[in-house]
Amino acid sequence: MRQGRVQFGGIVRVVSLDFVPEAVVDDYVMVHVGFAISRVAADEAERTYKLLEEMGALQEELATDPEGGTGDSTG
Amino acid sequence: MAERVHTIVELSCPTPLRANDTVLLGHGSGGKLSAELIRAVFLPALNNPVLSRLDDQAIVNVNGQRLAFTTDSFVVKPLFFPGGDIGSLAVHGTINDLAMGGAKPLFLSAAFIIEEGFAMDQLRRIVASMQQAASAADVQIVTGDTKVVEKGKGDGLFINTTGIGIVADGVDLSADRARPGDKVLLSGSIGEHGIAILAQREGLEFETTIESDSAALHTLVTEMLRVGRGIRCMRDPTRGGLSSALNEIAEQSKVGIALEERAIPVREEVASACELLGLDPMYVANEGKLIAIVEPASADAVLHAMRRHPLGSRAQLIGTVNAANPPLVTMRTTLGTTRIVDMLSGDQLPRIC
Amino acid sequence: MKYLSEYRDERIARALAAEIAERTTSPWVLMEICGGQTHTIMRYGLDELLPPGLELVHGPGCPVCVTPLETIDAAIELALRPEVILVSYGDMLRVPGSRSDLFRAKAQGAEVRVVYSPMEALKIAREHPSRKVVFLAIGFETTAPANAMAAWQAKQEGLTNFSLLVSHVLVPPAIRGLLASPANRVQAFIAPGHVCTIMGCAEYEALVRDFNVPIVVGGFEPIDLLQAVLMLVKQLEAGEAKLENQYVRSVSYQGNLPAQQVMAQVFEVADQKWRGLGSIPGSGLRLREEFAAYDATRVFSLHDISVEEPAECISAQVLQGLKKPTDCSAFGTRCTPESPMGAPMVSSEGACAAYYRYRRRAVAS
Repeated sequence: MRQGRVQFGGIVRVVSLDFVPEAVVDDYVMVHVGFAISRVAADEAERTYKLLEEMGALQEELATDPEGGTGDSTG
Repeated sequence: MAERVHTIVELSCPTPLRANDTVLLGHGSGGKLSAELIRAVFLPALNNPVLSRLDDQAIVNVNGQRLAFTTDSFVVKPLFFPGGDIGSLAVHGTINDLAMGGAKPLFLSAAFIIEEGFAMDQLRRIVASMQQAASAADVQIVTGDTKVVEKGKGDGLFINTTGIGIVADGVDLSADRARPGDKVLLSGSIGEHGIAILAQREGLEFETTIESDSAALHTLVTEMLRVGRGIRCMRDPTRGGLSSALNEIAEQSKVGIALEERAIPVREEVASACELLGLDPMYVANEGKLIAIVEPASADAVLHAMRRHPLGSRAQLIGTVNAANPPLVTMRTTLGTTRIVDMLSGDQLPRIC
Repeated sequence: MKYLSEYRDERIARALAAEIAERTTSPWVLMEICGGQTHTIMRYGLDELLPPGLELVHGPGCPVCVTPLETIDAAIELALRPEVILVSYGDMLRVPGSRSDLFRAKAQGAEVRVVYSPMEALKIAREHPSRKVVFLAIGFETTAPANAMAAWQAKQEGLTNFSLLVSHVLVPPAIRGLLASPANRVQAFIAPGHVCTIMGCAEYEALVRDFNVPIVVGGFEPIDLLQAVLMLVKQLEAGEAKLENQYVRSVSYQGNLPAQQVMAQVFEVADQKWRGLGSIPGSGLRLREEFAAYDATRVFSLHDISVEEPAECISAQVLQGLKKPTDCSAFGTRCTPESPMGAPMVSSEGACAAYYRYRRRAVAS
């Protein structure tokens, strides 16, 4: 049984890595009942999050801009 | 990698079935069930005006001098934990109950129920710890009692401490005094004691060990009282956490309380442990924190007084009292939406999914 | 915390909420299925951020809520046997059976222990060779691989005192059942992100094809759910029906193959009774014949018990999204977390409990 030490916000737990044979040190994993069930696809996550961040920034601009009407938010 | 699996959350019964013909573990958890037990069994039998205020301490008048009087029993497992042990906990806990009534704590009693076979050196350690805690707080343990029960009948060690203190003139703190407009102050970050205990039991490993915040709060209280007369009540959020303490105050004062989630300090490791275990920090026990309900005019001054004291350096204004009827505690989330902060029924159960 | 805090960002939440509001021109009924998602929605008040025309209903995504009464009763009966140590995940323990629950059984002297992982249950079995350890193995597909590993490992080691009382449910047949019902109002689904992490997306693609309904695989943080809602609204407004994946950081199309493999080795598909919904064909898992020695129903002679829910409890309709907890005449009065009438009020992820804890005020208004 392949196990690893997983760190979560300052806590370290021993977790089974049997379902993520490709996981290596420094990877992020989703853990459920003591088993890692997926390895976070960092590139994918980064790519999609960038779009969300842009939405958030734009929203903030619109909200704080005194001239700003409802406008068209980016798709 | 060593698989150091210490199983098992200490089980506590969170909800009863409808007819309660037996006492359940949940009756001891400080939430709704505990309140129900008091209302259904103890109050009717023992009823008197002092008891029915249901404060953490009783304030009685003896020949013109107001005395605060309180008792508490300690059944914590494990007996030793980062930041303290059952002994120091027993001293701090009772000192704090007196302090929440605005009393200067003077004397404690200590009663021990020890299970046959308990290790003598552990007992020595615990008693030494009590002496240390008491002397640091300038309080004396002046009387006590010891009973030994047969092996198997006692769970190691139980301690009861009872304390008395003097309440100065003009100090009037009680859970029924909160009024709409009052401010809610919290002396520091929440969830440390409960998580320290749970981490010990669960074998959770932390990069920085989480220590119980067990501490005597009476000198902090003195500083706060010195600054203003506008303090309506104080509570230390022990069993049942911040949520239970606030719900109790809301209930007794017949008001609502609106909290600001962003303002409530939680250390990262505590937040992570709660996430991992499926717990909500609002319901986790604290042993070295207090809540104060303060009239708006004095709130700033009291907050600054708290921050000048080592036990209040992270004090925050966390909410406001309003006129909600029936009494309700709500919270504005980090997303700006509103949720209810309910009183727990029994004990919080970990969520897995 | 990386991959957590940023998915709780307020600005992004408001941006998503604004875009959802802008794009919603008709009323729509959306269903999310996972208890963890229900919990997030309630705890962060996400429904407050949605425009009035958008209705979010909660599906049968709480494995605790849908565990059949018979299984709970069987667990209690086993727990009360002196030679048995009953081991379970936390929130199963307070679910009411027909007469009692595991906590009450504990008060009567049963040995009942809570674990966070099925491997801890195995450890208990190894440490107590003279006792019979029964692990209450419930859950959706997310938990099935881990439970399967416990059985597989037990067999490897030749343990003779360990068995599983299995009550596993599969999500796609339940959705199929809901969609096929004439009373169904749901027009789009948020599929459970961790179930799909294990199983992949193919089964949901089949549902999209067969019922022409939009499905988005969603995660568990507020941003995940809001983004999933936005993706569904875009499809609905455009008259589209396809499968999309919002939870790309964890879900791939094929899912987790090693996990699927161990599930297939240990379990097989079976008919399963869902509390409140009745029996749904092919919607559950049972241990294969090779694991008979680890199947608690075969190791012990468990009696067949027939049970009834209280008449007033509308769990079934809540679980199908036909009613909200607040529609129930007993909600918040006769049925509360202290005196629950049905499972959705007991489990901390049940729709009724979530409503009661976080949104009770809605009842008054």
